[in-house]
Amino acid sequence: MADLIGADLATRTLPLSGFHGGSGAASLSVAKPATRISLRAKPDAVSALSGALGLSLPVKAKTSASSNGRHALWLGPDEWLVIDENGADLMAAVASSNVLHSATDISHRNTALIVKGHGADVAINGGCPQDLSLAAFPVGACSRTVLAKAEIVLLRTAEDTFRVECWRSFSPYVSTLLAEAAEDAGN
Amino acid sequence: MLLIYCPYCEEERSELEFRQAGDAHIARPTNMTEMTDEDFEAFFFLRDNVKGLTFERWRHLNGCGRFFNAARDTVSDKFLTTYKAGLPRPDLGTLRPATEATVETYEATESDAK
Ligand SMILES: [Zn+2]
Repeated sequence: MADLIGADLATRTLPLSGFHGGSGAASLSVAKPATRISLRAKPDAVSALSGALGLSLPVKAKTSASSNGRHALWLGPDEWLVIDENGADLMAAVASSNVLHSATDISHRNTALIVKGHGADVAINGGCPQDLSLAAFPVGACSRTVLAKAEIVLLRTAEDTFRVECWRSFSPYVSTLLAEAAEDAGN
Repeated sequence: MLLIYCPYCEEERSELEFRQAGDAHIARPTNMTEMTDEDFEAFFFLRDNVKGLTFERWRHLNGCGRFFNAARDTVSDKFLTTYKAGLPRPDLGTLRPATEATVETYEATESDAK
């Protein structure tokens, strides 16, 4: 491929490239690029899809399953958000299930922020109405919800850490609002 | 903030995650091409707009995404119950305890016309 050296190869532009912020109570950073699919399926396809993905698709509201950097988040009774932090080909994985399902590659539709710190829940609650106490939203809990006027998907990855998924066009709004709320969380 | 119980998420969530979606239990006619304009109008446009107990469709739009039904009081805005789409109307006798004499109304609590 020597003829490509010096050529203008397409480079990936991340929607929040270089963004960082927050406060001592809640730091904000941009999650690494990941592959993602929106997966829809009926109950009878869940076990085959779970086998194809290598993790058990959760069937209980607000729960997720994680394995080796791959996460399956329950969004609705027949809907999951699957994220692979290692960039695996999720479309090919679910296609190998040979059961009826609908999968859409949304790797580039979403981007994610990591909110970390003892005030991470307070910062997110700056725009999100959900109860983020550990009793109501334990580690591994996930939910589609709102952050002020933007739709987000929350995943609690540790007691003090949340992954906030949002559509890339909303990311300037989401990051700015979270940065403000993170400041407030420190007070 | 109003909390609404989603029968699919099985917990109360903020009203901010929901959208109202019109009246519930409106049966879609099977003979639409043969209906008179008046009958179609009645099906498509005309609603009762009752004062008091009403049955509505709601959608947990920024949550699980599901449509469900709710029994709600249009005067007090209180939700009496919510139930999954496709289920019949719940028994009203079990919804509203006989001891509950009146619902809170705007006229009774806020306006001058007490
Ligand atoms: Zn729901």
